[in-house]
Amino acid sequence: MLSLLLRKLKMGRLTEKDGNLLSSQKSSKLPSSFTKSLQIRHLDCGSCNGCDWELTAIGNSLYDHQHFGIDFVASPRHADLLMCTGPGSTQLLYAAHETYEAMPKPKWVVAVGDCAINGGVFKGAYASAEGIGNVLPVDIKIPGCPPSPDNIMKALLEVMGKS
Amino acid sequence: MLGLRESLQNYNPDIEIVEWEKHEGMIDVPSRDLPDLLTFCLSMSPRPIWLTHVVNDERQLGNGFCLYLVLHFPGNDFSVTLVAKDIKEDFPSLTLIYPALNWSEREAQDLFGLNAVGHPDPRSLVLHPGWSKEFYPLRKDHKVGKEAKAFKVAPLEFPQAHGEGIFEVPVGPIHAGIIEPGHFRFYTIGEAVLHLEAQLFFTHKGIEKLLEGKSIEEGLRIIERVCGVCTVSHALAYSEAVEKLAAIEVPRQVLLWRTILAELERAYNHVGDIGNMCAGVGFALGNANGSQCKEKLQRLNSDFFGHRFLRGIVVPGGLRSIPSQKDSQAILDRLHELAYDFEEWIPLLLNHDGFRQRAVNTGVLNPVSAIDLGVTGPAARASGIANDWRELHAHLLYPELKVNSMIEHGGDAWSRLVVRVKEARESFRFLKNLLQEGTKGPVYEYENSKLFLEQKLRPWQPAWGCVESPRGTDVIWLMMDDENKIYRCRIRSASYANWPAVPLTVPGNIVPDFPLINKSFELCYSCCDR
Repeated sequence: MLSLLLRKLKMGRLTEKDGNLLSSQKSSKLPSSFTKSLQIRHLDCGSCNGCDWELTAIGNSLYDHQHFGIDFVASPRHADLLMCTGPGSTQLLYAAHETYEAMPKPKWVVAVGDCAINGGVFKGAYASAEGIGNVLPVDIKIPGCPPSPDNIMKALLEVMGKS
Repeated sequence: MLGLRESLQNYNPDIEIVEWEKHEGMIDVPSRDLPDLLTFCLSMSPRPIWLTHVVNDERQLGNGFCLYLVLHFPGNDFSVTLVAKDIKEDFPSLTLIYPALNWSEREAQDLFGLNAVGHPDPRSLVLHPGWSKEFYPLRKDHKVGKEAKAFKVAPLEFPQAHGEGIFEVPVGPIHAGIIEPGHFRFYTIGEAVLHLEAQLFFTHKGIEKLLEGKSIEEGLRIIERVCGVCTVSHALAYSEAVEKLAAIEVPRQVLLWRTILAELERAYNHVGDIGNMCAGVGFALGNANGSQCKEKLQRLNSDFFGHRFLRGIVVPGGLRSIPSQKDSQAILDRLHELAYDFEEWIPLLLNHDGFRQRAVNTGVLNPVSAIDLGVTGPAARASGIANDWRELHAHLLYPELKVNSMIEHGGDAWSRLVVRVKEARESFRFLKNLLQEGTKGPVYEYENSKLFLEQKLRPWQPAWGCVESPRGTDVIWLMMDDENKIYRCRIRSASYANWPAVPLTVPGNIVPDFPLINKSFELCYSCCDR
C-alpha cells in the first residue's frame, strides 16, 4: 500500500490537455450538442489493429478521454457516435449494418484512419470495401495511418464543440 | 547439418537435400510420400518445428499446384522445405500426423479448391458460408472483380451440443470494447465452459491475393500493415526473404539497428500486453501503469523513428534512416528511465493476491498440445517449450546478445504474464547494450536501399524470412516472377499458429475468465485473418 502511495505522489497528474493540430473534416450537419458527454461505440471493420490501438491509447492516463466526458460504451444502444476502423471486410459488413441499425437516432459515423476513409493500402483486395463510406454514411473523417491519439482527441473535442 | 542428411538418407537413400542457403535446403517429395516422411522427421530429436505451409498455383510453370512445408531442425539450425509438386486436385492430409497443419490445409481447400484427403475436419475456415461456389481466389486464373458483392450473408455453422442444462452462449463478432471481431460460441453447464468454438476470419481482406503482381516496394507497404503492432517483425521477415532472393548481405550497422527496432517493438508490446491482461480481470491499476509505459515507449518510437508503430523504417536491403550518435544517447537515457519505472510498477501487480488468484491455473495450455499445434511465442514458452527464434537461429545480432528462451512451466495465464515480464526486462537490457554500440557507430549510407528496390531478384525461387515478434515467430514466404513482381506471398503470423490453441485452454474455466485467457495469449485477429 505504501509503495502505491509513494508512486502516486511521485507521478502526480499525468493527463495532458493539449495536442497537435487537427485535420478532421467535420460535416456541417453535425450539431455541437455534446458539450457534456459523448458516448462512442467502436467497430473494427477489418483494420490492421493499428487504429484500434490508438483508440485504446486515448484511454491511457496521458490522454484520459474520460476526463473530457468521452466514453466507449459496450452497446450501440447507448452510443451517439460509431467509430469505424478498417476498410470494411466483406465478412463483417452484415454485423456492421446491424450495429448501425441498433443505434438510436440521431447518430453519426466517424471513419478513423486511411483504410476506413478510402481503403488505404487494402484498396483492391477481393474481400474488402474501399472505405467504410461505401457501406455506412460517414459524417466525420480522421485521416492517418494510423491517426495519432492527439489527432483523435482533437477531432472528438471538436465534435463536442470544445475545441 | 551432417547428422540430418545422414538420418534422412538412412530413412530413404533417394532423398537429396538441395542446399541453396547457408542454413537451408529443399527436398523434392512426391505428395503421396509426404505423410511418411513427415512422420519420420517428427520422430527426430530434437523435434523439428513448423515454420510455414504454403500452397502455390504453379500451373503456368508446368508444376501443377505445389505444396511447400518448411520445417526447422533446431539442433542443427537448419531448415528444410519439403516440396510436393504436380498436385492436381487431391493431396494427402497431414493433419492427423501433425495437427499444427490443420488450419493451413483447410485454407488450401478454401482458397485453392484443392482437396486434403483424410482431413478430420474439412469445414471451410477462411471463407464464411455465403461466398459463391467455385470461388477460389488464390488460383492464378481467378481475376479479382466484383466477388465481394456476390457475398450473401448466411448463418455460420457450428456443432450442436445436446443434454440437460447445456447452454450455448454466442458472443461476437462485435464485442463490447475496442477489440477486433471474432465469434465465440461457449457451450456451458452453469458457469463452467464445456467447449468453445471460435469462428475467426471476420477481418479477412484477401491480402495474399492483393500482393500478387505488386513490386517489392508496394508489397512492403502492405506487409507493414498486415498487423498493426508487429510492423517491424513482418517487415523484417519480408526483407529477409527479399535479401535471400537478391543474394546480398546487409552491413553490420543495419543489423544493429534492425535488432534495436525489433527489441523496441517487443518492449512496447510486452508492457502493453501486461497492462492489458490486468484489464482482462478489471484490475485498473495494472492496466493504467502498463498503458502509460506503452504510451511513453511509443512516443519514443515516434520521436526518434518517425512513427509510433515504427512503420516505414525497415526496407529490403537496409533501413530508411538511422538515428545519429546523439540521438542514440538520448534514446538510451529515456529507456533507462522507463526500465527503472518498469521495475517499480511491476511488483505492484506481481504481489497483488487478487490478481494472482484470478490468473494462476487459469487457461492452462498443456505442453503436449502446444507442441502438437505448433504453438509459438510467449504462449509456448509459458508451457515450458524453449522455442525462441532469436535463440534457435543465428540472425540479426542475437547470437552476440546470447538470448535465452524465458521459460515457465505452469502453462496458465500467470505463466504467460511472467514470461512477458522476464522478456521485457531482457529487452531493456539488450537495448542498453545495442544502443551503447549505436552511440559510437559510423554514419550509415542509406542510398543503397533505394537502389536495391530496383534490383532484379531471382525468379521462381522460393525464399522465406522469419522473425520473432512479440507474439511469436512470424514467417513470410515469397516467390517472385520474371518481371520482378510478387508471384506468391504467404504470411504465416504467430497469431495464426497460436489461435487454434486458445479454445483448448478454455474448457473447465468459467465464462468470465475468457477475457483474461484471451488477453494472456494476446493474439491479433488481423494478421491471422489477412
